[in-house]
Amino acid sequence: MSFVQNFPFFSIIIAMFSGIVSSVLPGKAAKRLSFFAIGITTLMSAAVLAFCLGTGESYTYMMGHFPAPWGNEIRAGVLEALTALLFGIVMFLAVLGGLDYTKVDVEESKQNLFYILIDLMLSSLLALVYTNDLFTAYVFVEINTIAGCGLIMIRQKGRSMSSAIRYMIFSQLGSGLFLIGLSLLYDVTGHLLMSPAKEEVGQIMAAGIYKIPMLVILAVISVGLAIKSGLYPFHYWIPDTYGYATPTASAILSGLVSKGYIFLLIKIFYRVLGRENVIDSYLANVLFLFGVAGMLMGSIHAIAQKDTRRMIAYSSVAQIGYIYMGIGLGTQAGMVAAIFHIFSHSASKALLFISSVGLYEVSENKKDYLSLRGAGYRNPMAGIGFGVGALSMVGVPMLAGFISKLLFATSALESPHKMFITLLALAFSTVLNAIYFLRMVITLYRPSTSSEGKETEDEPIEAKKSSWNLRLAILCFIVLNLVLGMSSQPIVAAIGDGLMMFE
Amino acid sequence: MSRRRDNYENSRWMKFKRWVDGETDPLAGRMEARAYEDKKASHSSNHGRERLEDLEADTEEVLKRLPIFANGYDSVVDKGLMAFRRMYKVMSVLLCAGIIAVLLWTVSYLPVFGDAKNPDNNEVSARYIEKGLQETGAVNIVTGMILDYRAFDTFGESCVLFIASCCVLVLLRIDDASKDEHVQMRKKEAEYDRLYEPKNDIILQKCACILVPIIMIFGIYIVLNGHLSPGGGFSGGAVLGSGLILYLNAFGFQKTGRFFTQKVYQRVTLSALTFYCLAKSYSFFTGANHLKSGIPLGTPGAILSSGLILPLNICVGLVVACTMYVFYTLFRKGGMK
Repeated sequence: MSFVQNFPFFSIIIAMFSGIVSSVLPGKAAKRLSFFAIGITTLMSAAVLAFCLGTGESYTYMMGHFPAPWGNEIRAGVLEALTALLFGIVMFLAVLGGLDYTKVDVEESKQNLFYILIDLMLSSLLALVYTNDLFTAYVFVEINTIAGCGLIMIRQKGRSMSSAIRYMIFSQLGSGLFLIGLSLLYDVTGHLLMSPAKEEVGQIMAAGIYKIPMLVILAVISVGLAIKSGLYPFHYWIPDTYGYATPTASAILSGLVSKGYIFLLIKIFYRVLGRENVIDSYLANVLFLFGVAGMLMGSIHAIAQKDTRRMIAYSSVAQIGYIYMGIGLGTQAGMVAAIFHIFSHSASKALLFISSVGLYEVSENKKDYLSLRGAGYRNPMAGIGFGVGALSMVGVPMLAGFISKLLFATSALESPHKMFITLLALAFSTVLNAIYFLRMVITLYRPSTSSEGKETEDEPIEAKKSSWNLRLAILCFIVLNLVLGMSSQPIVAAIGDGLMMFE
Repeated sequence: MSRRRDNYENSRWMKFKRWVDGETDPLAGRMEARAYEDKKASHSSNHGRERLEDLEADTEEVLKRLPIFANGYDSVVDKGLMAFRRMYKVMSVLLCAGIIAVLLWTVSYLPVFGDAKNPDNNEVSARYIEKGLQETGAVNIVTGMILDYRAFDTFGESCVLFIASCCVLVLLRIDDASKDEHVQMRKKEAEYDRLYEPKNDIILQKCACILVPIIMIFGIYIVLNGHLSPGGGFSGGAVLGSGLILYLNAFGFQKTGRFFTQKVYQRVTLSALTFYCLAKSYSFFTGANHLKSGIPLGTPGAILSSGLILPLNICVGLVVACTMYVFYTLFRKGGMK
């Protein structure tokens, strides 16, 4: 066994351990430790990715002295390593970009608690990605939920408290449904590890017994995780949560947390319940319909918003809809498109949240989009970052969003019944995206005279530079978007390989 | 409108319905009036005056809710809102009933509870039962399962406790150094609240004198015998924590502050979780790389046996006890000082 194969386990433990140690450290040391943990786990994920691409197969890793059906187990393959790598990068940049606002929004003596939450959030995301055990998944879903609540409410101002409560209620509902699904599944299969559970499910399906429990299990697990990731009819916690949390928290919650749950759902579909069973049970069609509804309704809500961050949050609803639409197509290509969209959305949405902060700080921290007029000149880097993120969301070529839309469109051609709806929904949703994102970008680059009258004319438009870490984070996010958009071929191929390894 | 019985308002159903809707306050008119929630949240500099206004408004509210004023009260509420609320209640009841029906329907198709042929009576549980003692050294199979076979999950669970206590700290800890106006106000309120705390209750103190030592010893026993008899870190820790809380209630913060401060809490939690983390990392690493762990299992049934399980139980017990105690102190006055 090569040493690299230990890395998934190391990265989970390092993240947890740095969270534990941070409880006695002062805020600054906790911050450094957090950066160290995120950085080193990201490097480890990259090493695991290289290893898995080299050997061309996945491997399981025994957590303890007991083999698969008895002891815990984690599993690493191309897709897991790639997702962990991207999550790590986005997390690092989100923490880096929001650094100044973390200082302002979080009380001095509670800084280290913030970084504990970040570390444990990282460990739970990694565990959700790497797990090969259903109950481990549940435990880390819990950690993820609690850390998410903490990250929202640590900014104890305005509506963040009520939005944290709302998030908690929705998340607990989702966790509860997920747990019910797991216990039902254990009752009919007798296994918690994914691989033996899948064999058992295959036998049950072949024998044709437990039909109704299997259907309910499928529905309950999918609905539970859909609530937690904010699929359309369950999206009411999203706008407040993303709109009022501190910027780092918004970027992490929208870019990573909801994606972690979707990744877990895909993993359960492939590795436990069986993709064919999901499609045969028509659940895929339900997810498809909700996804399409989310794509349209999310964008329509976003158009109605005046507050920029709430607008971006509603746009998340639409993008989550895209991902579920891809899953609901039921084809391999649809799934690849969905996973690629997970990546491109986390890169672009985190960029939008981080750069919108840079725009606020030159606009007297006003949040409605009209007062951001001309902010693109006052803070060039943030303006460019927001522009790139917005264009990527709309789907302009060379950026990540274009590739995912292309993949969705091509995968739609393979499923004849859903082709028409998918293409129509894509077209409408793109137009709607363009309406609110381009409106925003155009506002950023309009001279700031007309709205405020004469006063602003006297005032020289000074190009204020925000702190280096914000600008660096925005720059890296732009590069990440360009990389995802311009060299997508190897990434798409790797996702395809990883999905083949899932089966 | 349909015909009503004369005393319909006072019928049992109507009272129940009002209670369910939260319209009646069982303590109304008998207790100090409460301030409005939303006004409490907005904290301005002239806090005291606003508080007074709140009290007046609340008194009016109580008067309105008395049966004499009931008719006047109803007509104020917007009709659209009323319709929405009614709709909301009906829909939520229907939804819950639907979910309950579906789940009960599913349960009827599940394997019969306790049947020997059930899917969960497979090779997994067979090995836990047959070889558990030999492989983990723990007489208590459940402890062997959670701390050895599936120790990673249990580590996750202790981290759930840890992060939960972190979140409560975020929410409730009051820092003296904080310059935030809101925090200072909360601090003052907490001080005022403490003026009315009952102190030196002699009955409680005498009872606590007898009970606390027994509770603590029992808790320690449960933790230390986790691998031999029912119990373990989680249950024993809960007993220890409740003992600490009882002691605190009887003797006050000054007494507990002598041995249990913020620093002690941090150190205990840190060392327990660190030991857990390092010990289990060692065990996972050796296990996955097929190395011998070299930890002796001892003779089953002896107190010093079953390898890492005993120290891990102690760690879990400490974390649980500290978490419970800290939750209590935070909810009571936002800190341990």
